[in-house]
Amino acid sequence: MMKFARRFFARPTAVFGFAVFVAIVAIALSAPLIFARGPFSIVGMPLLPPGAPGLFAGSDVLGRDMVVGLAYGARISLLVGITSTLCAVGIGILLGATAGYYGGLVDDLLMRFTEFFQIIPSFVLLMVLVAFMQPSLASTVIGIALVTWPQVARVVRGEFLSLRSREFVEAARVLGMRDARIIFTQILPNALPPIVAVSSMMVGSAILTESALAFLGLGDPNLLSWGSMIEGSRSAMWVAWWTTVLPGLSIMVTVLALNFVGDGLNEALNPRRRR
Amino acid sequence: MKLRYIAARLIKTVLVAIAVVVLSFFLIRLAPGDVATVMAGQSGFADEAFIKNLRAEYGLDQPLPVQFWKYASAVAQGDLGTSYVRRQKVTAIILERLPNTLLLDAFALVVAAAGGIWLGMVAARKPGSAGDSAVTVLSMLFYAVPQFWLGMMMVLVFAVWLAWLPPFGIETMGAEYTGLARLGDIAQHIILPGMTLALYFLASYARLTRTAMIEMADQDFVKTARAKGISERQVARRHILRNALLPLVTYAGLQASILVGGSVLVENVFSWPGIGTLAYEAVKARDNPVLLGIFIVTALLVSLFNLITDIAYSVADPRVELG
Repeated sequence: MMKFARRFFARPTAVFGFAVFVAIVAIALSAPLIFARGPFSIVGMPLLPPGAPGLFAGSDVLGRDMVVGLAYGARISLLVGITSTLCAVGIGILLGATAGYYGGLVDDLLMRFTEFFQIIPSFVLLMVLVAFMQPSLASTVIGIALVTWPQVARVVRGEFLSLRSREFVEAARVLGMRDARIIFTQILPNALPPIVAVSSMMVGSAILTESALAFLGLGDPNLLSWGSMIEGSRSAMWVAWWTTVLPGLSIMVTVLALNFVGDGLNEALNPRRRR
Repeated sequence: MKLRYIAARLIKTVLVAIAVVVLSFFLIRLAPGDVATVMAGQSGFADEAFIKNLRAEYGLDQPLPVQFWKYASAVAQGDLGTSYVRRQKVTAIILERLPNTLLLDAFALVVAAAGGIWLGMVAARKPGSAGDSAVTVLSMLFYAVPQFWLGMMMVLVFAVWLAWLPPFGIETMGAEYTGLARLGDIAQHIILPGMTLALYFLASYARLTRTAMIEMADQDFVKTARAKGISERQVARRHILRNALLPLVTYAGLQASILVGGSVLVENVFSWPGIGTLAYEAVKARDNPVLLGIFIVTALLVSLFNLITDIAYSVADPRVELG
Protein backbone atom coordinates (compact mmCIF):
# COMPACT_ATOMS: atom_id res chain seq x y z
CA MET A 1 0.00 0.00 0.00
CA MET A 2 2.81 2.43 0.92
CA LYS A 3 4.65 1.44 -2.21
CA PHE A 4 1.54 2.12 -4.22
CA ALA A 5 1.11 5.56 -2.66
CA ARG A 6 4.75 6.42 -3.31
CA ARG A 7 4.44 5.40 -6.94
CA PHE A 8 1.21 7.38 -7.30
CA PHE A 9 2.55 10.58 -5.77
CA ALA A 10 5.78 10.36 -7.73
CA ARG A 11 3.96 11.97 -10.63
CA PRO A 12 3.49 15.75 -10.32
CA THR A 13 0.31 15.61 -12.41
CA ALA A 14 -1.16 12.99 -10.05
CA VAL A 15 -0.34 15.17 -7.02
CA PHE A 16 -1.96 18.18 -8.69
CA GLY A 17 -4.98 16.15 -9.75
CA PHE A 18 -5.43 14.66 -6.30
CA ALA A 19 -5.13 18.05 -4.55
CA VAL A 20 -7.67 19.67 -6.88
CA PHE A 21 -10.02 16.70 -6.50
CA VAL A 22 -9.88 16.89 -2.70
CA ALA A 23 -10.56 20.64 -2.86
CA ILE A 24 -13.59 20.12 -5.11
CA VAL A 25 -14.95 17.39 -2.83
CA ALA A 26 -14.53 19.76 0.13
CA ILE A 27 -16.41 22.54 -1.71
CA ALA A 28 -19.17 20.15 -2.73
CA LEU A 29 -19.61 18.81 0.82
CA SER A 30 -19.54 22.20 2.54
CA ALA A 31 -21.70 24.12 0.03
CA PRO A 32 -24.98 23.70 2.00
CA LEU A 33 -23.21 24.73 5.23
CA ILE A 34 -21.57 27.89 3.85
CA PHE A 35 -24.34 28.92 1.46
CA ALA A 36 -27.41 27.83 3.39
CA ARG A 37 -29.71 30.02 1.28
CA GLY A 38 -29.28 27.69 -1.69
CA PRO A 39 -28.20 28.28 -5.28
CA PHE A 40 -31.58 29.59 -6.48
CA SER A 41 -31.88 32.59 -4.15
CA ILE A 42 -31.64 36.01 -5.81
CA VAL A 43 -29.05 38.29 -4.25
CA GLY A 44 -28.94 41.35 -6.49
CA MET A 45 -29.24 42.78 -9.97
CA PRO A 46 -28.76 40.35 -12.87
CA LEU A 47 -25.47 40.13 -14.79
CA LEU A 48 -23.31 42.04 -12.33
CA PRO A 49 -19.65 41.50 -13.27
CA PRO A 50 -17.21 39.61 -11.03
CA GLY A 51 -15.90 41.87 -8.29
CA ALA A 52 -19.19 43.71 -7.75
CA PRO A 53 -19.82 44.25 -4.01
CA GLY A 54 -20.25 40.88 -2.32
CA LEU A 55 -20.17 39.04 -5.64
CA PHE A 56 -16.76 37.52 -6.16
CA ALA A 57 -17.81 35.83 -9.42
CA GLY A 58 -20.65 38.15 -10.41
CA SER A 59 -24.33 37.32 -10.80
CA ASP A 60 -26.19 35.37 -13.47
CA VAL A 61 -29.16 36.22 -15.72
CA LEU A 62 -31.57 36.07 -12.78
CA GLY A 63 -29.35 37.90 -10.27
CA ARG A 64 -28.19 34.76 -8.45
CA ASP A 65 -24.73 34.56 -6.92
CA MET A 66 -22.42 32.72 -9.33
CA VAL A 67 -20.17 31.51 -6.50
CA VAL A 68 -23.07 29.72 -4.83
CA GLY A 69 -24.15 28.20 -8.14
CA LEU A 70 -20.64 26.96 -8.87
CA ALA A 71 -20.31 25.42 -5.38
CA TYR A 72 -23.64 23.60 -5.65
CA GLY A 73 -22.83 22.56 -9.21
CA ALA A 74 -19.81 20.65 -7.90
CA ARG A 75 -22.21 18.45 -5.90
CA ILE A 76 -24.17 17.38 -8.96
CA SER A 77 -21.09 16.79 -11.09
CA LEU A 78 -19.34 14.62 -8.51
CA LEU A 79 -22.50 12.78 -7.53
CA VAL A 80 -23.40 11.90 -11.11
CA GLY A 81 -19.80 11.17 -12.11
CA ILE A 82 -19.17 8.77 -9.24
CA THR A 83 -22.55 7.02 -8.92
CA SER A 84 -23.00 6.45 -12.65
CA THR A 85 -19.50 5.02 -12.89
CA LEU A 86 -20.13 2.72 -9.91
CA CYS A 87 -23.32 1.45 -11.55
CA ALA A 88 -21.58 0.93 -14.88
CA VAL A 89 -18.68 -0.88 -13.21
CA GLY A 90 -21.13 -3.09 -11.28
CA ILE A 91 -23.02 -4.13 -14.40
CA GLY A 92 -19.80 -4.41 -16.38
CA ILE A 93 -18.15 -6.71 -13.83
CA LEU A 94 -21.19 -8.98 -13.48
CA LEU A 95 -21.73 -9.46 -17.20
CA GLY A 96 -18.08 -9.29 -18.23
CA ALA A 97 -17.09 -11.87 -15.60
CA THR A 98 -19.91 -14.22 -16.58
CA ALA A 99 -19.00 -13.95 -20.25
CA GLY A 100 -15.27 -14.33 -19.71
CA TYR A 101 -15.56 -17.16 -17.18
CA TYR A 102 -18.17 -19.31 -18.88
CA GLY A 103 -17.64 -18.31 -22.51
CA GLY A 104 -20.10 -19.90 -24.94
CA LEU A 105 -23.53 -18.47 -25.56
CA VAL A 106 -23.40 -15.86 -22.75
CA ASP A 107 -20.14 -14.61 -24.19
CA ASP A 108 -21.50 -14.46 -27.73
CA LEU A 109 -24.61 -12.58 -26.64
CA LEU A 110 -22.60 -10.12 -24.61
CA MET A 111 -20.17 -9.41 -27.41
CA ARG A 112 -22.99 -8.83 -29.90
CA PHE A 113 -24.60 -6.51 -27.38
CA THR A 114 -21.45 -4.45 -26.91
CA GLU A 115 -21.10 -4.26 -30.68
CA PHE A 116 -24.61 -2.83 -30.81
CA PHE A 117 -23.44 -0.07 -28.50
CA GLN A 118 -20.44 0.57 -30.69
CA ILE A 119 -22.37 1.18 -33.88
CA ILE A 120 -25.24 3.16 -32.39
CA PRO A 121 -24.36 6.81 -31.67
CA SER A 122 -24.27 6.47 -27.90
CA PHE A 123 -25.01 10.09 -27.09
CA VAL A 124 -28.19 9.99 -29.18
CA LEU A 125 -29.18 6.78 -27.40
CA LEU A 126 -28.50 8.47 -24.05
CA MET A 127 -30.65 11.47 -24.99
CA VAL A 128 -33.46 9.09 -25.91
CA LEU A 129 -33.15 7.18 -22.61
CA VAL A 130 -33.05 10.27 -20.41
CA ALA A 131 -35.79 12.14 -22.27
CA PHE A 132 -38.09 9.13 -22.21
CA MET A 133 -37.49 8.40 -18.52
CA GLN A 134 -38.15 12.11 -17.80
CA PRO A 135 -35.00 14.16 -17.04
CA SER A 136 -33.97 13.81 -13.39
CA LEU A 137 -30.90 13.04 -11.34
CA ALA A 138 -31.81 9.34 -11.32
CA SER A 139 -32.47 9.11 -15.05
CA THR A 140 -29.18 10.88 -15.77
CA VAL A 141 -27.24 8.40 -13.64
CA ILE A 142 -29.09 5.36 -14.99
CA GLY A 143 -28.79 6.59 -18.57
CA ILE A 144 -25.04 7.19 -18.35
CA ALA A 145 -24.51 3.82 -16.67
CA LEU A 146 -26.56 2.06 -19.35
CA VAL A 147 -24.52 3.45 -22.24
CA THR A 148 -21.09 3.08 -20.62
CA TRP A 149 -21.12 -0.37 -18.97
CA PRO A 150 -20.09 -2.20 -22.17
CA GLN A 151 -16.66 -0.51 -21.93
CA VAL A 152 -16.12 -2.11 -18.52
CA ALA A 153 -17.60 -5.42 -19.59
CA ARG A 154 -15.14 -5.74 -22.47
CA VAL A 155 -12.16 -5.16 -20.21
CA VAL A 156 -13.43 -7.53 -17.51
CA ARG A 157 -14.23 -10.21 -20.07
CA GLY A 158 -10.74 -9.97 -21.54
CA GLU A 159 -9.12 -10.30 -18.12
CA PHE A 160 -11.29 -13.25 -17.11
CA LEU A 161 -10.65 -14.96 -20.39
CA SER A 162 -6.91 -14.87 -19.81
CA LEU A 163 -7.05 -15.64 -16.08
CA ARG A 164 -9.59 -18.46 -16.03
CA SER A 165 -7.17 -21.15 -17.17
CA ARG A 166 -4.35 -20.12 -14.84
CA GLU A 167 -3.11 -22.59 -12.28
CA PHE A 168 -4.42 -20.80 -9.21
CA VAL A 169 -7.92 -20.98 -10.68
CA GLU A 170 -7.49 -24.68 -11.45
CA ALA A 171 -6.33 -25.17 -7.87
CA ALA A 172 -9.40 -23.42 -6.50
CA ARG A 173 -11.58 -25.61 -8.67
CA VAL A 174 -9.87 -28.75 -7.45
CA LEU A 175 -10.45 -27.59 -3.90
CA GLY A 176 -14.14 -27.71 -4.71
CA MET A 177 -14.85 -23.99 -4.66
CA ARG A 178 -18.09 -22.89 -6.24
CA ASP A 179 -17.97 -20.81 -9.42
CA ALA A 180 -19.28 -17.64 -7.78
CA ARG A 181 -16.59 -17.88 -5.12
CA ILE A 182 -13.86 -18.45 -7.68
CA ILE A 183 -15.06 -15.49 -9.73
CA PHE A 184 -15.26 -13.03 -6.83
CA THR A 185 -12.49 -14.17 -4.48
CA GLN A 186 -9.92 -15.64 -6.86
CA ILE A 187 -10.11 -14.05 -10.30
CA LEU A 188 -11.66 -10.63 -9.64
CA PRO A 189 -8.91 -9.35 -7.29
CA ASN A 190 -6.36 -10.18 -9.97
CA ALA A 191 -8.40 -8.43 -12.64
CA LEU A 192 -8.83 -5.24 -10.61
CA PRO A 193 -5.96 -3.04 -11.88
CA PRO A 194 -7.27 -2.61 -15.44
CA ILE A 195 -10.82 -2.23 -14.11
CA VAL A 196 -9.70 0.60 -11.82
CA ALA A 197 -7.82 2.22 -14.68
CA VAL A 198 -10.84 2.16 -17.00
CA SER A 199 -13.31 3.33 -14.38
CA SER A 200 -11.17 6.21 -13.13
CA MET A 201 -11.27 7.67 -16.62
CA MET A 202 -15.02 7.05 -16.80
CA VAL A 203 -15.78 9.38 -13.88
CA GLY A 204 -14.41 12.36 -15.80
CA SER A 205 -16.23 11.51 -18.96
CA ALA A 206 -19.47 10.93 -17.03
CA ILE A 207 -19.13 14.46 -15.64
CA LEU A 208 -18.69 15.78 -19.17
CA THR A 209 -21.72 13.79 -20.32
CA GLU A 210 -23.87 15.06 -17.44
CA SER A 211 -22.97 18.65 -18.28
CA ALA A 212 -23.78 18.02 -21.94
CA LEU A 213 -27.21 16.61 -21.04
CA ALA A 214 -27.94 19.53 -18.75
CA PHE A 215 -26.79 21.92 -21.47
CA LEU A 216 -29.33 20.39 -23.86
CA GLY A 217 -32.08 20.89 -21.28
CA LEU A 218 -32.12 17.19 -20.39
CA GLY A 219 -30.92 17.63 -16.81
CA ASP A 220 -32.91 17.59 -13.58
CA PRO A 221 -35.00 20.79 -13.76
CA ASN A 222 -34.95 21.15 -9.95
CA LEU A 223 -31.18 21.17 -9.61
CA LEU A 224 -28.55 23.67 -10.60
CA SER A 225 -25.57 22.01 -12.28
CA TRP A 226 -22.63 23.47 -14.19
CA GLY A 227 -24.16 22.36 -17.46
CA SER A 228 -27.54 23.91 -16.70
CA MET A 229 -25.81 27.16 -15.62
CA ILE A 230 -24.25 27.33 -19.07
CA GLU A 231 -27.55 26.53 -20.73
CA GLY A 232 -29.34 29.19 -18.70
CA SER A 233 -26.87 31.88 -19.66
CA ARG A 234 -26.60 31.05 -23.36
CA SER A 235 -28.47 34.20 -24.33
CA ALA A 236 -26.32 36.34 -22.01
CA MET A 237 -22.99 35.00 -23.27
CA TRP A 238 -22.59 37.92 -25.67
CA VAL A 239 -22.75 40.54 -22.92
CA ALA A 240 -21.69 38.68 -19.77
CA TRP A 241 -18.84 36.26 -20.47
CA TRP A 242 -18.48 35.12 -16.86
CA THR A 243 -21.88 33.42 -16.85
CA THR A 244 -20.65 30.82 -19.35
CA VAL A 245 -16.89 30.92 -18.92
CA LEU A 246 -16.82 30.14 -15.18
CA PRO A 247 -19.03 27.01 -15.11
CA GLY A 248 -17.19 25.69 -18.16
CA LEU A 249 -13.83 26.22 -16.52
CA SER A 250 -15.11 24.44 -13.40
CA ILE A 251 -16.05 21.39 -15.47
CA MET A 252 -12.72 21.43 -17.27
CA VAL A 253 -10.63 21.71 -14.09
CA THR A 254 -12.60 18.93 -12.37
CA VAL A 255 -12.35 16.54 -15.31
CA LEU A 256 -8.68 17.36 -15.83
CA ALA A 257 -7.96 16.63 -12.16
CA LEU A 258 -9.83 13.32 -12.35
CA ASN A 259 -7.99 12.30 -15.52
CA PHE A 260 -4.67 13.10 -13.86
CA VAL A 261 -5.69 10.95 -10.90
CA GLY A 262 -6.72 8.20 -13.30
CA ASP A 263 -3.40 8.39 -15.13
CA GLY A 264 -1.56 8.22 -11.81
CA LEU A 265 -3.59 5.19 -10.66
CA ASN A 266 -2.99 3.50 -13.96
CA GLU A 267 0.73 4.05 -13.70
CA ALA A 268 0.93 3.04 -10.03
CA LEU A 269 -1.08 -0.13 -10.55
CA ASN A 270 0.81 -1.27 -13.64
CA PRO A 271 4.47 -0.64 -12.92
CA ARG A 272 5.41 -2.93 -15.81
CA ARG A 273 3.77 -0.54 -18.21
CA ARG A 274 6.17 2.24 -17.29
CA ARG A 275 8.02 3.88 -20.14
CA MET B 1 -10.48 -15.31 -50.37
CA LYS B 2 -10.96 -11.62 -50.00
CA LEU B 3 -14.25 -11.68 -51.86
CA ARG B 4 -15.56 -14.41 -49.62
CA TYR B 5 -14.56 -12.42 -46.56
CA ILE B 6 -16.29 -9.30 -47.85
CA ALA B 7 -19.45 -11.26 -48.65
CA ALA B 8 -19.47 -12.74 -45.15
CA ARG B 9 -19.02 -9.28 -43.66
CA LEU B 10 -21.85 -7.85 -45.76
CA ILE B 11 -24.17 -10.60 -44.55
CA LYS B 12 -23.13 -9.82 -40.98
CA THR B 13 -23.88 -6.15 -41.61
CA VAL B 14 -27.41 -7.04 -42.69
CA LEU B 15 -27.86 -9.18 -39.55
CA VAL B 16 -26.61 -6.31 -37.39
CA ALA B 17 -29.03 -3.96 -39.12
CA ILE B 18 -31.91 -6.34 -38.34
CA ALA B 19 -30.81 -6.48 -34.71
CA VAL B 20 -30.67 -2.69 -34.58
CA VAL B 21 -34.18 -2.41 -36.03
CA VAL B 22 -35.60 -4.86 -33.47
CA LEU B 23 -33.72 -3.53 -30.43
CA SER B 24 -34.28 0.16 -31.10
CA PHE B 25 -37.93 -0.35 -31.97
CA PHE B 26 -38.77 -2.00 -28.68
CA LEU B 27 -36.40 0.18 -26.66
CA ILE B 28 -38.16 3.30 -27.88
CA ARG B 29 -41.64 1.83 -27.35
CA LEU B 30 -40.80 0.79 -23.77
CA ALA B 31 -40.82 4.42 -22.70
CA PRO B 32 -43.91 5.95 -21.16
CA GLY B 33 -45.62 8.69 -23.17
CA ASP B 34 -45.58 9.10 -26.93
CA VAL B 35 -45.88 11.71 -29.63
CA ALA B 36 -49.60 12.06 -28.93
CA THR B 37 -49.06 13.12 -25.32
CA VAL B 38 -46.36 15.59 -26.40
CA MET B 39 -48.58 17.10 -29.11
CA ALA B 40 -51.56 17.24 -26.80
CA GLY B 41 -49.41 19.03 -24.24
CA GLN B 42 -48.30 21.57 -26.84
CA SER B 43 -51.77 22.22 -28.21
CA GLY B 44 -53.16 23.06 -24.78
CA PHE B 45 -56.47 21.21 -25.11
CA ALA B 46 -55.49 17.73 -24.04
CA ASP B 47 -58.77 15.88 -23.98
CA GLU B 48 -59.05 12.12 -24.33
CA ALA B 49 -60.69 12.16 -27.77
CA PHE B 50 -57.93 14.33 -29.23
CA ILE B 51 -55.19 12.01 -27.98
CA LYS B 52 -57.14 8.97 -29.16
CA ASN B 53 -57.50 10.45 -32.64
CA LEU B 54 -53.78 11.21 -32.85
CA ARG B 55 -52.86 7.68 -31.76
CA ALA B 56 -55.23 6.21 -34.37
CA GLU B 57 -53.74 8.46 -37.04
CA TYR B 58 -50.21 7.30 -36.29
CA GLY B 59 -51.23 3.67 -35.84
CA LEU B 60 -50.17 3.74 -32.18
CA ASP B 61 -53.47 2.19 -31.05
CA GLN B 62 -52.63 -1.15 -32.65
CA PRO B 63 -50.97 -3.97 -30.70
CA LEU B 64 -47.18 -3.70 -30.53
CA PRO B 65 -46.41 -6.82 -32.60
CA VAL B 66 -48.65 -5.52 -35.40
CA GLN B 67 -46.91 -2.13 -35.31
CA PHE B 68 -43.55 -3.82 -35.41
CA TRP B 69 -44.48 -6.07 -38.31
CA LYS B 70 -45.71 -3.10 -40.33
CA TYR B 71 -42.58 -1.10 -39.56
CA ALA B 72 -40.14 -3.94 -40.22
CA SER B 73 -41.67 -4.88 -43.54
CA ALA B 74 -41.57 -1.25 -44.66
CA VAL B 75 -37.91 -0.95 -43.61
CA ALA B 76 -37.09 -4.10 -45.57
CA GLN B 77 -38.31 -2.23 -48.65
CA GLY B 78 -36.18 0.79 -47.85
CA ASP B 79 -39.03 2.84 -46.39
CA LEU B 80 -38.23 4.29 -42.97
CA GLY B 81 -41.73 5.66 -42.47
CA THR B 82 -43.05 9.19 -42.13
CA SER B 83 -42.05 11.76 -39.55
CA TYR B 84 -44.83 12.46 -37.05
CA VAL B 85 -43.94 16.10 -36.82
CA ARG B 86 -42.88 17.16 -40.29
CA ARG B 87 -45.11 14.79 -42.26
CA GLN B 88 -42.24 14.07 -44.63
CA LYS B 89 -40.58 10.78 -45.51
CA VAL B 90 -37.87 9.94 -42.95
CA THR B 91 -35.47 8.84 -45.70
CA ALA B 92 -35.86 12.22 -47.40
CA ILE B 93 -35.23 14.12 -44.16
CA ILE B 94 -32.14 12.08 -43.31
CA LEU B 95 -30.72 12.31 -46.82
CA GLU B 96 -31.18 16.07 -46.69
CA ARG B 97 -29.21 16.36 -43.43
CA LEU B 98 -26.58 13.66 -43.88
CA PRO B 99 -24.34 15.54 -46.37
CA ASN B 100 -24.03 18.47 -43.94
CA THR B 101 -22.88 16.18 -41.14
CA LEU B 102 -20.49 14.30 -43.40
CA LEU B 103 -19.03 17.59 -44.65
CA LEU B 104 -18.41 18.75 -41.09
CA ASP B 105 -16.92 15.33 -40.20
CA ALA B 106 -14.60 15.31 -43.20
CA PHE B 107 -13.29 18.75 -42.35
CA ALA B 108 -12.79 17.83 -38.69
CA LEU B 109 -11.12 14.50 -39.49
CA VAL B 110 -8.64 15.99 -41.95
CA VAL B 111 -7.68 18.76 -39.53
CA ALA B 112 -7.49 16.33 -36.61
CA ALA B 113 -5.43 13.73 -38.45
CA ALA B 114 -2.99 16.22 -39.96
CA GLY B 115 -2.58 18.20 -36.74
CA GLY B 116 -2.63 15.22 -34.40
CA ILE B 117 -0.13 13.12 -36.32
CA TRP B 118 2.20 16.10 -36.63
CA LEU B 119 1.96 16.91 -32.90
CA GLY B 120 2.43 13.23 -32.03
CA MET B 121 5.58 13.07 -34.14
CA VAL B 122 6.96 16.21 -32.54
CA ALA B 123 6.28 14.78 -29.08
CA ALA B 124 7.80 11.39 -29.89
CA ARG B 125 11.01 12.86 -31.26
CA LYS B 126 12.34 13.47 -27.75
CA PRO B 127 10.17 11.75 -25.13
CA GLY B 128 10.21 13.65 -21.84
CA SER B 129 11.32 16.93 -23.41
CA ALA B 130 9.49 20.23 -22.98
CA GLY B 131 7.84 19.85 -26.38
CA ASP B 132 6.65 16.37 -25.46
CA SER B 133 5.17 17.57 -22.16
CA ALA B 134 3.47 20.49 -23.91
CA VAL B 135 1.76 18.11 -26.35
CA THR B 136 0.72 15.80 -23.50
CA VAL B 137 -0.72 18.64 -21.43
CA LEU B 138 -2.50 20.09 -24.46
CA SER B 139 -4.12 16.80 -25.31
CA MET B 140 -5.16 16.29 -21.66
CA LEU B 141 -6.79 19.73 -21.79
CA PHE B 142 -8.73 18.94 -24.95
CA TYR B 143 -9.89 15.69 -23.35
CA ALA B 144 -11.21 17.53 -20.32
CA VAL B 145 -12.95 20.43 -22.00
CA PRO B 146 -16.72 20.11 -22.52
CA GLN B 147 -17.14 20.16 -26.29
CA PHE B 148 -20.23 22.36 -26.27
CA TRP B 149 -18.48 24.88 -24.05
CA LEU B 150 -15.41 24.91 -26.27
CA GLY B 151 -17.73 25.71 -29.15
CA MET B 152 -19.29 28.58 -27.22
CA MET B 153 -15.84 29.93 -26.37
CA MET B 154 -14.95 29.77 -30.07
CA VAL B 155 -18.05 31.82 -30.84
CA LEU B 156 -17.27 34.26 -28.04
CA VAL B 157 -13.68 34.85 -29.17
CA PHE B 158 -13.78 34.55 -32.96
CA ALA B 159 -17.33 35.64 -33.74
CA VAL B 160 -18.21 38.11 -30.97
CA TRP B 161 -14.95 39.71 -29.81
CA LEU B 162 -12.83 39.50 -32.94
CA ALA B 163 -15.76 39.31 -35.40
CA TRP B 164 -13.68 37.26 -37.83
CA LEU B 165 -16.10 34.44 -38.55
CA PRO B 166 -19.86 33.88 -38.60
CA PRO B 167 -21.16 32.39 -35.31
CA PHE B 168 -23.71 29.88 -36.63
CA GLY B 169 -25.42 28.21 -39.55
CA ILE B 170 -23.99 26.57 -42.63
CA GLU B 171 -24.39 29.60 -44.94
CA THR B 172 -25.49 33.20 -44.75
CA MET B 173 -29.29 33.29 -44.58
CA GLY B 174 -30.98 35.11 -47.44
CA ALA B 175 -27.72 35.83 -49.24
CA GLU B 176 -28.54 33.31 -51.98
CA TYR B 177 -24.93 32.95 -53.07
CA THR B 178 -24.23 30.62 -55.98
CA GLY B 179 -21.16 28.82 -57.29
CA LEU B 180 -17.82 29.81 -55.84
CA ALA B 181 -19.25 32.54 -53.65
CA ARG B 182 -21.47 29.93 -51.99
CA LEU B 183 -18.54 27.58 -51.43
CA GLY B 184 -16.55 30.42 -49.86
CA ASP B 185 -19.49 31.24 -47.63
CA ILE B 186 -19.81 27.62 -46.46
CA ALA B 187 -16.04 27.46 -45.93
CA GLN B 188 -16.27 30.44 -43.58
CA HIS B 189 -19.13 28.86 -41.67
CA ILE B 190 -17.45 25.48 -41.28
CA ILE B 191 -14.28 26.72 -39.58
CA LEU B 192 -15.60 27.24 -36.04
CA PRO B 193 -17.74 24.08 -35.68
CA GLY B 194 -15.16 22.08 -37.63
CA MET B 195 -12.31 23.16 -35.38
CA THR B 196 -14.38 22.52 -32.24
CA LEU B 197 -15.05 18.98 -33.38
CA ALA B 198 -11.48 18.51 -34.62
CA LEU B 199 -9.72 19.51 -31.41
CA TYR B 200 -11.14 16.54 -29.49
CA PHE B 201 -10.01 14.02 -32.12
CA LEU B 202 -6.73 15.87 -32.57
CA ALA B 203 -5.92 15.22 -28.93
CA SER B 204 -6.58 11.48 -29.36
CA TYR B 205 -4.57 11.28 -32.58
CA ALA B 206 -1.63 13.10 -31.02
CA ARG B 207 -1.55 10.70 -28.06
CA LEU B 208 -1.96 7.59 -30.20
CA THR B 209 0.71 8.68 -32.68
CA ARG B 210 3.09 9.54 -29.87
CA THR B 211 2.70 6.18 -28.11
CA ALA B 212 2.91 4.18 -31.31
CA MET B 213 5.98 6.03 -32.56
CA ILE B 214 7.83 5.61 -29.28
CA GLU B 215 7.03 1.89 -29.33
CA MET B 216 8.11 1.52 -32.95
CA ALA B 217 11.38 3.37 -32.43
CA ASP B 218 12.61 0.39 -30.41
CA GLN B 219 11.90 -2.22 -33.07
CA ASP B 220 14.60 -4.06 -34.95
CA PHE B 221 13.66 -2.82 -38.39
CA VAL B 222 14.11 0.74 -37.23
CA LYS B 223 17.56 -0.06 -35.85
CA THR B 224 18.41 -1.68 -39.17
CA ALA B 225 17.28 1.40 -41.05
CA ARG B 226 19.43 3.60 -38.82
CA ALA B 227 22.38 1.26 -39.22
CA LYS B 228 22.05 1.60 -42.98
CA GLY B 229 22.80 5.28 -42.48
CA ILE B 230 19.43 6.69 -43.50
CA SER B 231 18.82 10.18 -42.13
CA GLU B 232 16.81 10.45 -38.93
CA ARG B 233 14.01 12.29 -40.75
CA GLN B 234 13.69 9.52 -43.31
CA VAL B 235 13.66 6.89 -40.59
CA ALA B 236 10.88 8.72 -38.79
CA ARG B 237 8.75 9.28 -41.88
CA ARG B 238 9.32 6.16 -43.95
CA HIS B 239 9.82 3.51 -41.32
CA ILE B 240 8.31 4.55 -38.03
CA LEU B 241 5.33 6.66 -39.05
CA ARG B 242 4.05 4.21 -41.64
CA ASN B 243 3.77 1.51 -39.01
CA ALA B 244 2.63 3.82 -36.26
CA LEU B 245 -0.36 4.92 -38.32
CA LEU B 246 -1.96 1.47 -38.23
CA PRO B 247 -3.60 1.86 -34.80
CA LEU B 248 -5.00 5.17 -36.02
CA VAL B 249 -6.95 3.36 -38.72
CA THR B 250 -8.55 1.12 -36.10
CA TYR B 251 -9.29 4.10 -33.90
CA ALA B 252 -10.97 5.97 -36.77
CA GLY B 253 -13.23 2.95 -37.22
CA LEU B 254 -14.19 3.03 -33.54
CA GLN B 255 -15.07 6.72 -33.76
CA ALA B 256 -17.30 6.23 -36.79
CA SER B 257 -20.57 6.03 -34.88
CA ILE B 258 -19.89 9.37 -33.19
CA LEU B 259 -19.16 10.92 -36.54
CA VAL B 260 -21.98 9.50 -38.63
CA GLY B 261 -24.47 10.05 -35.82
CA GLY B 262 -23.46 13.68 -35.94
CA SER B 263 -22.06 15.54 -33.02
CA VAL B 264 -25.29 16.57 -31.33
CA LEU B 265 -23.49 19.12 -29.18
CA VAL B 266 -21.35 20.86 -31.76
CA GLU B 267 -24.21 20.96 -34.25
CA ASN B 268 -26.49 22.33 -31.55
CA VAL B 269 -24.11 25.12 -30.51
CA PHE B 270 -23.52 26.23 -34.10
CA SER B 271 -27.04 25.53 -35.39
CA TRP B 272 -25.48 23.25 -38.00
CA PRO B 273 -28.31 21.56 -39.95
CA GLY B 274 -27.01 18.00 -39.66
CA ILE B 275 -28.02 14.62 -38.26
CA GLY B 276 -27.09 15.70 -34.71
CA THR B 277 -29.56 18.59 -34.60
CA LEU B 278 -32.13 16.36 -36.29
CA ALA B 279 -31.69 13.76 -33.54
CA TYR B 280 -32.03 16.43 -30.86
CA GLU B 281 -35.25 17.79 -32.39
CA ALA B 282 -36.62 14.27 -32.74
CA VAL B 283 -35.92 13.44 -29.09
CA LYS B 284 -37.67 16.61 -27.94
CA ALA B 285 -40.74 15.93 -30.07
CA ARG B 286 -40.82 12.14 -29.54
CA ASP B 287 -40.57 11.77 -33.30
CA ASN B 288 -39.87 8.03 -33.11
CA PRO B 289 -39.77 7.26 -36.84
CA VAL B 290 -37.00 9.84 -37.29
CA LEU B 291 -35.05 8.51 -34.29
CA LEU B 292 -35.34 4.92 -35.50
CA GLY B 293 -34.32 6.03 -38.97
CA ILE B 294 -31.21 7.74 -37.61
CA PHE B 295 -30.26 4.61 -35.66
CA ILE B 296 -30.69 2.34 -38.66
CA VAL B 297 -28.91 4.60 -41.16
CA THR B 298 -25.96 5.20 -38.81
CA ALA B 299 -25.69 1.50 -37.95
CA LEU B 300 -25.50 0.61 -41.64
CA LEU B 301 -23.01 3.36 -42.46
CA VAL B 302 -20.83 2.53 -39.46
CA SER B 303 -20.74 -1.18 -40.34
CA LEU B 304 -19.80 -0.26 -43.90
CA PHE B 305 -17.16 2.15 -42.66
CA ASN B 306 -15.70 -0.54 -40.39
CA LEU B 307 -15.55 -2.93 -43.33
CA ILE B 308 -13.66 -0.30 -45.32
CA THR B 309 -11.20 0.34 -42.49
CA ASP B 310 -10.59 -3.42 -42.18
CA ILE B 311 -9.80 -3.64 -45.89
CA ALA B 312 -7.67 -0.50 -45.69
CA TYR B 313 -5.83 -2.08 -42.79
CA SER B 314 -5.02 -5.22 -44.75
CA VAL B 315 -3.77 -3.09 -47.65
CA ALA B 316 -1.64 -0.92 -45.36
CA ASP B 317 -0.27 -3.90 -43.44
CA PRO B 318 0.32 -6.95 -45.65
CA ARG B 319 0.89 -9.09 -42.53
CA VAL B 320 -2.79 -8.86 -41.63
CA GLU B 321 -4.97 -11.46 -43.28
CA LEU B 322 -8.66 -10.89 -43.57
CA GLY B 323 -10.88 -13.61 -42.24
